[in-house]
Amino acid sequence: MMNGMGAGARTRITGKVIFMGYFDGVYAIWVREIIVFMREKERVISAVVTPLMWIFAVGGGLGASVQIQGMSYQMFMFPGIASMAILFGSIFYGMYIIWDRKLDFLKEVLVAPVPRSAVFLGKMLGGMSDALMQVTVLLLIGVAFGFVAGLPALLLAIAFSVIIAACMVSLGLIIGANMKSPEGFNLVMSFVMWPMFMLSGALFPVENLPSYIDIIVKINPLTYGVDLMRLALLGTSKFGMLYDIGVLVFVTIVFAYIGSKSFDRMQI
Amino acid sequence: MNEKLAISIEKLAKHFGDLKAVDGITLSVQEGEVFALLGPNGAGKTTTISMLTGLLKPTRGSANVAGFDVEREPLKVRQQIGVVFQQPSVDDLLSGRENLDMHALLYNVPAKGRRERIDDMISLVGLTDRQHAKVKEYSGGMRKRLEIARGILHHPKVLFLDEPTTGLDPQTRQHIWEYIKKMSRLEGTTVVFTTHYLEEAEQFAERVAIIDRGKIIATGKPHELVNELGGDTVLLKAKKSKEVAAKIRKMPFAASVSEKNDVVSAVIASSHKNLPIMLRALSGIETIEIRPATLNEVFIKYTGKGIREDSAEGGFWERMMNPNNR
Repeated sequence: MMNGMGAGARTRITGKVIFMGYFDGVYAIWVREIIVFMREKERVISAVVTPLMWIFAVGGGLGASVQIQGMSYQMFMFPGIASMAILFGSIFYGMYIIWDRKLDFLKEVLVAPVPRSAVFLGKMLGGMSDALMQVTVLLLIGVAFGFVAGLPALLLAIAFSVIIAACMVSLGLIIGANMKSPEGFNLVMSFVMWPMFMLSGALFPVENLPSYIDIIVKINPLTYGVDLMRLALLGTSKFGMLYDIGVLVFVTIVFAYIGSKSFDRMQI
Repeated sequence: MNEKLAISIEKLAKHFGDLKAVDGITLSVQEGEVFALLGPNGAGKTTTISMLTGLLKPTRGSANVAGFDVEREPLKVRQQIGVVFQQPSVDDLLSGRENLDMHALLYNVPAKGRRERIDDMISLVGLTDRQHAKVKEYSGGMRKRLEIARGILHHPKVLFLDEPTTGLDPQTRQHIWEYIKKMSRLEGTTVVFTTHYLEEAEQFAERVAIIDRGKIIATGKPHELVNELGGDTVLLKAKKSKEVAAKIRKMPFAASVSEKNDVVSAVIASSHKNLPIMLRALSGIETIEIRPATLNEVFIKYTGKGIREDSAEGGFWERMMNPNNR
């Protein structure tokens, strides 16, 4: 039986095998990420609890005395918090690579005969799936509390989440691939995650802002994600759907290119 | 390029800043050979394997594995090799079987016969009963066996094993070597392994390269290297062992002299004749022991020290799996 599959059965390297191998590789890594995510309960729970804290503690507290654009503050901030969930989930996901590297799980993937761009793509799809599961749970909670009005709004928000997640996961993977040790974690929190969240319009309308904030808000890709979310859930958009999607897709392509190159350079 | 070479390395070097981890080694391994890189920890064994498997870029030099250049055609090299790392790289949160499923996809194991091949490998390493348990719940030995099953799942032409049995109990070690030998025989696989266990190199390698401080200091068949010493190992216990060692070093028939913890070790040519001569010239000897020479004495001959002397490994695997090992 084993003899029968010996030397003669070795995979021949042909263009077709490499092509098939590319997508098998993407698929293998994608599935692995989903399984790992589902089995790490802590990750799933914390991914949903933090946004809920924002909505009910900050949104509830501040909302008691603040209204924005004629609606309750919680209502206003919900799309922003949903975007935040995608941002945080994605960046954390990207930074998990550090642990994979520390614990050597990544070596198996790095010596595999698949191009690093396939590894990147598999990781990207995995991260997008994780982020989508998280934001979907959050949106369903939103349905229960009346922040999401009906099925069309829900489905549109999930669809937009795919685009936002692609962008944010690519960014997370760039960071993860270039970070040398978990000690940089706090720096990423302080200099990437919090500024991106706070200066995205998630917590306040992006109108009449002081110019120094306005500039940062405009170059922050999450701003356009929040704008899309608000379009899906509240029906209002500052920049317009096509503009938002255009910016996000463009930034995603740039990030994915840089990320793929970063994976290429990755050594143990 | 010789077609029968599974691996050929030319002046390969890897520097980390000022540290020359691998300092220009030249080496070749025949197809189907079981080859050992023997050396103390920190000698550059793992760095060499990392370069051969494409995980590290060489600072200088070149290496060819299974007919492909490791820098120019890394994907083709990777398609032909299996790697078992020193530290466990199986995925904790996946089951044993899921780890192999993922590996089969990554390595283009044809869908036809894939399941049977995975069944075979799982049973080869004796994990059939536990294949659906998460790797988290595996013992150190089980993880290692799973890694080996994974390393050979895709019929690699060349299998790299980095310290395959470090930190494992003797029984598991014996089992693992049985699997490796069986597989090498059945599939004609070239096996390259690193070890700091002399016995392992002597017992299982057809040829061995001894490496120290990034340089290869001797290459050959283990028994030939030992025979070249031309004598037996004599161990003398003495209070003034340093003086004794100094005297022995001056004797023409003594080689590979080393001294540690009041014990002097030396290779004595024609010991039946020379041992009495030696003993007459020495005083204060408490005990004496004669045994066949080993690769340790070969190592001493070239480096002046025993291979075990700086073998205090700080590796994750050993600390995790066997804190009382040495």
